[in-house]
Amino acid sequence: MTTVGAVAVGHPPRRVSVREGLADIAGITQRNLRRIVRTPRLLVFSSIQPVMFVLLFRYVFAGAIKVLHGDYVDYLMPGIFLQTSLFGGASTAVGLAADLQGGIIDRFRSLPMARSAVLAGRTLADLIRNVFVVALMVVVGVLVGFRFHGTVGTDLAGIGLVLLFGYAFSWVFVTVGLYVKDPETAQVAGFIPLFPLVFASSAFVPVASMPGWLQAFANVQPVSVSVDAARALLIGGPIEHWLWQALVWAGGVLVVFAVLGVRQYRRI
Amino acid sequence: MTPPVIEAKGITKAFGATLALDHVDLEVEAGTVLGLLGPNGAGKTTFVRILTTLLRADAGSASVVGLDVTRDAVALRSAIGLAGQYAAVDELLTGRENLELVGLLYHLGKAERRRRAVETLERLALTEAADRQVKTYSGGMRRRLDVGASLVGRPKVLFLDEPTTGLDPATRIDLWRFIETLVEEGATVLLTTQYLEEADHLANRIVVIDHGRVIAEGTSNELKAQLGGAVLEVTVTEGDQLHKAADLLADLGHSPPGEDLTRNLVTIPSDADPKVIVEAARRLGDRGIGLEDIALRRPSLDDVFLSLTGHGAEDGPGQGAGPDDEPASSHGARR
Repeated sequence: MTTVGAVAVGHPPRRVSVREGLADIAGITQRNLRRIVRTPRLLVFSSIQPVMFVLLFRYVFAGAIKVLHGDYVDYLMPGIFLQTSLFGGASTAVGLAADLQGGIIDRFRSLPMARSAVLAGRTLADLIRNVFVVALMVVVGVLVGFRFHGTVGTDLAGIGLVLLFGYAFSWVFVTVGLYVKDPETAQVAGFIPLFPLVFASSAFVPVASMPGWLQAFANVQPVSVSVDAARALLIGGPIEHWLWQALVWAGGVLVVFAVLGVRQYRRI
Repeated sequence: MTPPVIEAKGITKAFGATLALDHVDLEVEAGTVLGLLGPNGAGKTTFVRILTTLLRADAGSASVVGLDVTRDAVALRSAIGLAGQYAAVDELLTGRENLELVGLLYHLGKAERRRRAVETLERLALTEAADRQVKTYSGGMRRRLDVGASLVGRPKVLFLDEPTTGLDPATRIDLWRFIETLVEEGATVLLTTQYLEEADHLANRIVVIDHGRVIAEGTSNELKAQLGGAVLEVTVTEGDQLHKAADLLADLGHSPPGEDLTRNLVTIPSDADPKVIVEAARRLGDRGIGLEDIALRRPSLDDVFLSLTGHGAEDGPGQGAGPDDEPASSHGARR
C-alpha cells in the first residue's frame, strides 16, 4: 500500500497482548454471566430436567437395575452429575448461535479484542453455571439417599473431574453452535452426539448388562470412563485405573475441539 | 495532498456462483461522508464487512487509515467504529453495561470506559434509560445505542451500514443530525443506504452500486446533472391518454419519457427552460388531452437511479435477492 503515511505515530500494536486478552475473556464472561442471571426462568427449567432424571432412575428404574456393590442410588448419582455437566454444554451451542444470529458477534469481531475471548468467555460462563447446577444435583442426590464414601479430597476431585469433563465437551458445543448458526438447530443438533454417549455408557446401568457388541463400545467411550473415574473418587473403586483415561479423554476433546472451534470462528 | 482515509481497489467477492462484488474501487477523503447507494442485494453490506475486517475479499486490496484490512486487521479495528443494520447490542444488558463492555474490549481503563459510557449516553439522549435493559428500549433508542457503541473507541472512521433502515421519519432525522455533528467534529464516514434522500442529505459524494458493480459516482449534483437540467412532469386527467401524451412530448426531452400508470404521470428529462412547459401544454391542448398538472422540476436522485439501473432504488429488483440479503435475513429473523 502506498498510504502508509496516514498511520499516526504511536499507533496501537498489531497484536492483542496476553494481559488484554485475559481482560477480554473476563469481560465476555461477565457479560454471559449477567445474561444467565437475568434469565432466571431458563436457569430454573434447565435445572428441573436433571432432577427429573434423578427421580426417574431412583424410583422408577432402580428396582429393575442390578448393581454389583452397594446401593443403586450411590451408583446412579455420579452418572447424573456427569450427565448434568455434559448436558449443560448444550446452552453453549445455543448461546453462541443466538449471538451470531443477533449480530453481536459482528460487533465483537469489529473490535480490537482477542478473537478467542468470545469463545473462552462463553465456555467459562457456562462452566460457572454448571458449578451451581451440579451443586444443586449433589443436594438433590443427598436428599434421595446418596452418600459420599471418599475422603474430602477425593470427593472434591470427583466433582472437579465431572466439571472438567463438561468443560471439555462444551468446546464440542462451541463448534456445533458456530457450525449450525441458529439457536433452534443448535438446541437439537447438540444433543445428537450426547444421547449414545450418555445412555450407552456405565452412567445409569452396568455395562455388563448390555449385549456384547454394545459393551465393546460402552467400555471404552469417554462418558463410561469418566463416570467410572468419578464413581471411584466419590464412592470408592480403582481410581488410578480410570482417572488417567478420563483425563486423557477430557484433555484430548478439549484440545481438538478448541482448535476446531476457533477455526470455525475465524471463518464466520 | 493527504492520502484517502479509505481506499479500495478491485475488491471482488463471490458467494458460491454469485458474484457479490465485482472489482469495486472506492476512495473516501478525510472528514467527508461517502454514501454507498444501492438496492437490497447490491453488495453494500458485503463491502462494509470487508472493509471492517469481518470478511475477506477474494481479490483486490483495501486499507483504512493506511492499514491493510488483512495484514493490519487488529490495528485497523482500533481505528474504526461499525454500526450495523441490525442493532448489535445485548438486549439483556443495560445501555450503560453495553457501552462499558465495548470500552473494555477497546482496552480502556475502568475509569475511562465509565466516563465514555456516560458521555456517549448523554450525547445520544439515553441518560435516563442508561440503567434499563435494552430489551425495554424502542427501535430508535436501540439504534442510537448501537451507533453510540461504535463511538466509544473514538474512531477516526465510522462505518454505518443502513443506519436508519426501519426507523420512523422523526427518528431518522434525529440520527441524521447526529451524524452531521460527528462529521463536523472531523469523523470520516462511509454510509450505506437504500434511501436516496438519505444519501442526498448526508453524503458529500455518492457511489451507486448495483449487482456488485459501481455504476456511477459523483456528488449528488453531478449525478443529477447527468440527467440534464430538469424533469418535465405531466399529469393527464384520463389514464388511457397517457401513452399518447408521452409520444407527443417525447422529442422535448433528451432521453425517452417514463410513464407512471398509477399516477397518470409522464416524466421527461429535459432542459431547464420554461418554454418546454409552454410547448408541452400547447401540444396537449391541440389534441384535446386534459391536463391535471404540469411542472418542471430539478431531477431527484430517484430519477438518476431509475435511468442508471432501470429500476427504483427502494423497491429493489425481484432477482436482487443477492448475498447481501443472507446475513440480513438471518440477523433479522429473531426480531
